[in-house]
Amino acid sequence: MEFLFAIAIGVLTAAAIFLVLRARTFSVILGLTLLSYAVNLLIFVSGRLTIDAPPLMLPGADRHTDPLPQALVLTAIVISFGMTAYLVALALRAKGESGTDHVDARETGG
Amino acid sequence: MNQAAILPILIPLTAAILVLAGHRFGLHFARTVFLVTGLLLIPVSAWLIDLAGGGGIAVYALGDWRAPFGIVLVLDRLSAIMVALTTAIAVPAMLYATAGTDTAGRHFHALFLLQIAGLNGAFLTGDLFNLFVFFEVLLLASYGLMVHGAGIERVRAGLAYVILNLAGSALFLVALGLIYGMLGTLNLADMAVVLPGLPDGDHAVVRTAFALLVAVFALKAALLPLSFWLPHAYVATSAAVAALFAIMTKVGIYALLRVSVIGFGSAPFTTDLLQPWLLPLALATIALGSIGALAARRLAVVVANLVVVSTGTLLAALAGDEAHSDAAALYYLVHTTLVTAAFFLLADCIAAARGGQRDTLERGGPPQDAAVLGFGYLILAVAASGMPPLSGFLGKIMVLRSVQFQEMGAAIWIALILSGFVTMLLLARAASALFWEAAPTNEAAPAIVPGERSYPPGSRRKAVALCLLVGGSPLLTIAAAPVFDYVRAASDQLHARQPYVTAVLGQRHDIARERRP
Repeated sequence: MEFLFAIAIGVLTAAAIFLVLRARTFSVILGLTLLSYAVNLLIFVSGRLTIDAPPLMLPGADRHTDPLPQALVLTAIVISFGMTAYLVALALRAKGESGTDHVDARETGG
Repeated sequence: MNQAAILPILIPLTAAILVLAGHRFGLHFARTVFLVTGLLLIPVSAWLIDLAGGGGIAVYALGDWRAPFGIVLVLDRLSAIMVALTTAIAVPAMLYATAGTDTAGRHFHALFLLQIAGLNGAFLTGDLFNLFVFFEVLLLASYGLMVHGAGIERVRAGLAYVILNLAGSALFLVALGLIYGMLGTLNLADMAVVLPGLPDGDHAVVRTAFALLVAVFALKAALLPLSFWLPHAYVATSAAVAALFAIMTKVGIYALLRVSVIGFGSAPFTTDLLQPWLLPLALATIALGSIGALAARRLAVVVANLVVVSTGTLLAALAGDEAHSDAAALYYLVHTTLVTAAFFLLADCIAAARGGQRDTLERGGPPQDAAVLGFGYLILAVAASGMPPLSGFLGKIMVLRSVQFQEMGAAIWIALILSGFVTMLLLARAASALFWEAAPTNEAAPAIVPGERSYPPGSRRKAVALCLLVGGSPLLTIAAAPVFDYVRAASDQLHARQPYVTAVLGQRHDIARERRP
């Protein structure tokens, strides 16, 4: 399980870095989205992977999972969602004003 | 529990909601709420300065949840200084903005107020995740303010700024995940308690997390090699927003100072991480900023590069990690923030007064009101280049004296004196182009008839705002002794560490911890 998690985070991050380094706004936005997924998984796993355990001190439950990373992840998801929405709007505005989807809002060379 | 620490966040936040809710009441309502909020923040900041000046550390536990389980706001001298500085910059910038900037697009007032709430929150919080949230609040507001009024230049600079900061936020979250995974806490005081007892095997991960945090703060502070975004962003946006942004780089510096001293200052394996890197990078930042300022063709670009130079200067002084050099750096921080903010407003006024040539450093004859603008320029130029008798000189002397016995002291001396000289040279050159030299063409300058000059509406507000900010440096010079006493006490309080930990966690902080695999 830990192995699977680590691979997933690694692959997501690698793909994100590749996409963020592209020169088109759409790829960059996709890259940042993937990066936020990777980060969310990382924060989630920072409370350790505990399977089939409640995040509360319930009567009868002999073990429990750490509830804090789940709260942190929720906040991080909301923030990154809002930021991405803003970035999409800004990228569309840049496309509308400059006629190109290059991140510099101007075509440079090739 | 003293409720004071929440006020600088609550007031602008409430006002922002009020402005949004009362959107249909029109511009007059929004401006009134906007300016009244600014006026309210002045006594609150003064109260906080007074409260923290007594030496106590006021802790506000949100929802009365005890730290480290709940989020705390911590008001010590350093936080009080930063909140007061934010108010000192924000109020003139708000006044300046109501002279016309705020009508260029929608929701300017709400965004500006949210930005203030985010700034104050970042200065007051005692929790790393909460610091992240307030960073996002101030960043999201700044994204909106940055492209306010649109235009292709702003959108272009805004796009780069937003993408860069989103990547920075992702790094911040990675660091938080690693820290929580290793230490089991994100409360700064609690981290300081847990860190020394960390097993050797976990050191590498915590060091990585700390390095990531430093990278994020360096991006915000515009430390080389993460400084290239700053001149584009600050020049493209409107003057009032650029003036407020003058304190945004200082958020990065503040966070670096707070986190490296309180959170990570209690164990040797994190304190030695910064030492070999910070000073060389800071010196390189000074060099790059100076070169950028020399190459600039517009006054606003010169000022933006001066912001980069000031980041380098501050971090060079802070790199020593000693209480007395940090005190000097704090005095310099207050000075440089006021001066660069005032300079952004002045560059905008000069641009408006010169007509078609804006603030380009090309010959074009004296602007309207050259005497008044020139006098303001003189004060700011003297302060910015560190010439006597103003606060820039005092600040630089303090920094130079505090680092003279350090290992790399000579390098800091050379960098600061050279950058001061370059700044003086280029500001003098810029002044002669802006104020003295006549236009190269033979077209006659429009005759200026005294008494019949027309001013666009709002000019008086702009003048008042400019006077308030330009007056900052002389005031800081006159009040140098009490201000320096305060910043030295702030620095001593920060470096003592233990009072902070005790204030947040209480006398007994032996919380039973379960050791995780």
